[in-house]
Amino acid sequence: MERTALRGRLTWQLASVVELVPETARTRSIALDPPDWPGHRAGQHVDVRLTADDGYQAQRSYSIASAPEDEHLVLTVERLDDGEVSPYLVDELRGGDELELRGPIGGYFLWEESLGGPLLLVAGGSGVVPLRAIVRHHRAIESRVPLRLLYSARTLDEVIYRDELTKAESGDEVHVRFTLTREQPEGWQGYARRIDRELLADVAWPADERPLVYICGPTGFVETAADILVSLGHDAARIRTERFGPT
Amino acid sequence: MSPISRGFHGRREPDAEPSRVPPGQYVTDDFPVLSAGPTPHTSLDMWTFSIVGAVDEPKSWTWKELQSLPQETVTVDIHCVTKWSKLDTTWTGISVDTLLDGIETSAAYVLAFSDGGYTTNLPLEDVQGGKAWIAHGFGGEPLDPEHGGPARLLVPHLYFWKSAKWVRGLELREEDEPGFWEGYGYHNYGDPWKEQRYAGD
Repeated sequence: MERTALRGRLTWQLASVVELVPETARTRSIALDPPDWPGHRAGQHVDVRLTADDGYQAQRSYSIASAPEDEHLVLTVERLDDGEVSPYLVDELRGGDELELRGPIGGYFLWEESLGGPLLLVAGGSGVVPLRAIVRHHRAIESRVPLRLLYSARTLDEVIYRDELTKAESGDEVHVRFTLTREQPEGWQGYARRIDRELLADVAWPADERPLVYICGPTGFVETAADILVSLGHDAARIRTERFGPT
Repeated sequence: MSPISRGFHGRREPDAEPSRVPPGQYVTDDFPVLSAGPTPHTSLDMWTFSIVGAVDEPKSWTWKELQSLPQETVTVDIHCVTKWSKLDTTWTGISVDTLLDGIETSAAYVLAFSDGGYTTNLPLEDVQGGKAWIAHGFGGEPLDPEHGGPARLLVPHLYFWKSAKWVRGLELREEDEPGFWEGYGYHNYGDPWKEQRYAGD
């Protein structure tokens, strides 16, 4: 296993909000300009800290949605109805505000070309965010590593980066597949159910091609996807997971 | 000093005693799951717990042998580096003191190792003196696999990544060696009250 320790201390810094892009009804992308950014690797995250006027603070972690090559550092945040920080980031934060953050954090759930492939990315809901960073990085470096992305969302309206991911499909190298679990538009050509063994066997590389697998989503989704892939013969040591949300 | 985040008011936890919530943490009633890879499923017939490394004689217990040792039930607060804390969690297991009883060692550190290849390092004294358990029960039920069952290390005074899921043994070491997350830039010790999240904190 590659081990690349983070260097130095991760200090808090104030990043200006340079752009806000609504992605879906529940998600928004926040483009930031941190003054002292050491660069990141696709799949890493940052810690964000908010401070109320009485000094009360709240911290949360958010995945980085941008590729290392992109001009700005972008976070895509989903509003959790009972959340404390995400409603602020999705609904309240404005252009020109400053956001306190530190990072990049995480040395394992990331992809860089030296890790090879083929790549299988499996996203559930807003779990697509760090995987989108990997897709963008893959394109930015014009990687020839074959990549397949399976993205499960409840409805088409909830698919984040829909146009970008649809356009990422290219020749034999990049395949993007969607499954809509709750509601499908008329004439929908993609999958229309929760991930199961047959669906994953259909989309995934065969186990004997030893793909490098990244799964990100809610816990139940990640558990299901990882268990199925292991049962299909995939090496557990080549499956990297990132989970969020309540159990 | 952090500047004020315009328009942020925050949601104070009315039920949480501030003295029980370390800096930067929030209290949750959920039990989130964080793991770097798939959940291993080891049959209890094949399961053993071992103490190896800098010991005169390695020791090993089968699942059944472990269950026949004195069991303790403890109620503790747990703190995950990803910012959630869960108060008053009740665990059942075997004190690490019980397992180390009678073992002569010159070690000052332990490296806990787990199914799936996960490791984490701690000073030996942090798993001694009633501070650590091999826990197999949670809330009166067997510990779920996704939370580390059949058994996990429980070291509640440190960030929860030190409480290795799916634990299979402790390697006693004279020299410290970073475990899995410690090798990826997380703090070597991980005291939540000092907010030791990442290397250098």
